[in-house]
Amino acid sequence: MTAMWRYIKPRRATLRLWQLVLLALLFAAWHVLTVPGLIPHFLFSDDNQAAFFFGEPLKIFDRIRHWFLVDADIYKHLAVTLWETVLAFAIGTVLGLATGLWLALSPLAAALLDPYIKALNAMPRVILAPIFAVWFGLGVASKVALGVTLVFFIVFFNVYQGVKEVSPVILANARMLGASRRQLLRHVYLPSATSWVFSSLHTSVGLAFVGAVVGEYLGSAQGVGYLILQAEGSFDINTVMAGILVLTVFALVLDALVGRVEKALMKWQPQAGEGDKL
Amino acid sequence: MTASALRLEGVSCTFAAREGAAGFTAVRDVTLAVEAGEFVSVVGPTGCGKSTLLNMAAGLLAPSAGAVRVFGERLAGLNRRAGYMFQAESLMPWRTALGNVMAGLSFRGASEADACALAKQWLQRVGLAAFGDRYPHQLSGGMRKRVSLAQTLVLDPDIILMDEPFSALDIQTRQLMENEVLDLWQGLSTAPGRVVSPAGARSAAPEQAGLSPRGAASGASQAVRKAVLFITHDLDEAIALSDRVVILSAGPGSRVVGEFRIDLERPRDVAEIRATPRFVELHKAIWDVLREEVLAGYQQQLAKA
Repeated sequence: MTAMWRYIKPRRATLRLWQLVLLALLFAAWHVLTVPGLIPHFLFSDDNQAAFFFGEPLKIFDRIRHWFLVDADIYKHLAVTLWETVLAFAIGTVLGLATGLWLALSPLAAALLDPYIKALNAMPRVILAPIFAVWFGLGVASKVALGVTLVFFIVFFNVYQGVKEVSPVILANARMLGASRRQLLRHVYLPSATSWVFSSLHTSVGLAFVGAVVGEYLGSAQGVGYLILQAEGSFDINTVMAGILVLTVFALVLDALVGRVEKALMKWQPQAGEGDKL
Repeated sequence: MTASALRLEGVSCTFAAREGAAGFTAVRDVTLAVEAGEFVSVVGPTGCGKSTLLNMAAGLLAPSAGAVRVFGERLAGLNRRAGYMFQAESLMPWRTALGNVMAGLSFRGASEADACALAKQWLQRVGLAAFGDRYPHQLSGGMRKRVSLAQTLVLDPDIILMDEPFSALDIQTRQLMENEVLDLWQGLSTAPGRVVSPAGARSAAPEQAGLSPRGAASGASQAVRKAVLFITHDLDEAIALSDRVVILSAGPGSRVVGEFRIDLERPRDVAEIRATPRFVELHKAIWDVLREEVLAGYQQQLAKA
């Protein structure tokens, strides 16, 4: 027994295993606490209330199975949400990059617009969702608009900072090598700013996703947020929970993909632990 | 007598101080000339405005008074005939070694193929032929300096400005690099017309591409020998490399307080030459002048602290 324990004891190699065990325990506890009649109710006034408020894992998994395998009707919703996320991310990044470069390189414009940028950033942007719905309708566009307002500021501030912090020596060197103002922008400011964009990639992709889902939740005809909204309308807690689980896994996958892209594009930056080789 | 490659005429540089206080004068009324093909070092105590001097020669900084002349012409804007090797890291971290060496050629309008061919040649000359695809962070400090050297020399400048380029390197790497600089400089100086290169005609490529920084007007008086203005705080390094050593006084308001011709024979080996009697003699003579300035500079730093 002790030999067995030594073998599976939590350490770096068995970390993943233990993470899965923890997950299984979590679901098991959820199951035991919510299935009507399995154990005597202690917090609620009758057997069915726990299931009503928290859902039952088995029914949730069954819902997910129907979505993906039996009815196979979630794919179009996922595709819509993904498309909104990608559009919001792309448009927000390009706008943020352009504005960041512009303001960082023209101090007068930056000084002029400073209070407005601060005000727009301080404003809770979710509140704009109804306005966007009025402007752009209940389709994809209004969700993208909401996502853009979230992504834009993250990218903008990073690019602004990035351009301001370009090493003066690298700049002077590029000028001595004969770079024109245009070439400085293209070959020094832009690469330097992009590295800052990538450092905020995880945050901005996450926020684009948030914009898409929140937008859907506040009014739409398709998307995972819409599914959740529909289920909530009919007090179908299991479907709501299933939607949340799907969104969570989806977000994790998205984040992992971003990590991959980041690694491929930023190969000129030293990785942690790599240090100065040779 | 032809015009000096680089001539600082009574230049001063005053930096504006904050809130209307009296400005800070880094260098005052310095006159200094570097002839074509001459290797001149400027030594001085820390904070004496050596880098300021070099930035003015490069055109990165306009002098508050006086003028900078490049081959007789008054400098306005950047010095297009000069290459600058900086003390700090100056390579673009997002470009490979090859990309960094190619940068200047591309900026000046060379075709991708020409720039690549010439840059590869120069990487080979500085001993980094196999490292072209590495990014700066994957190279050692010495290797990065070699890339910087290739990046500067590939443009074939008439004047080379160096600001303590090797001060961050360990002593062995440093001597290696010093010898390499001397070899490259002498190779450049004695080559008939253009740089010598294994591929021969290739080295003329940027000229054909019409990207000579000199332009057609000065093409005829094209200097074969490169002028070097080398800034250092290391007297040994200065003597070992130079034809002439100029001593700058302690700042602020530094001026030239001494000038010594170094009549050591070339070609030199920087490690060996330090043991020759003439080197020791020169070192002593120069140090006698420099010591007081170093002490003065040190006193000022203490007073400030």
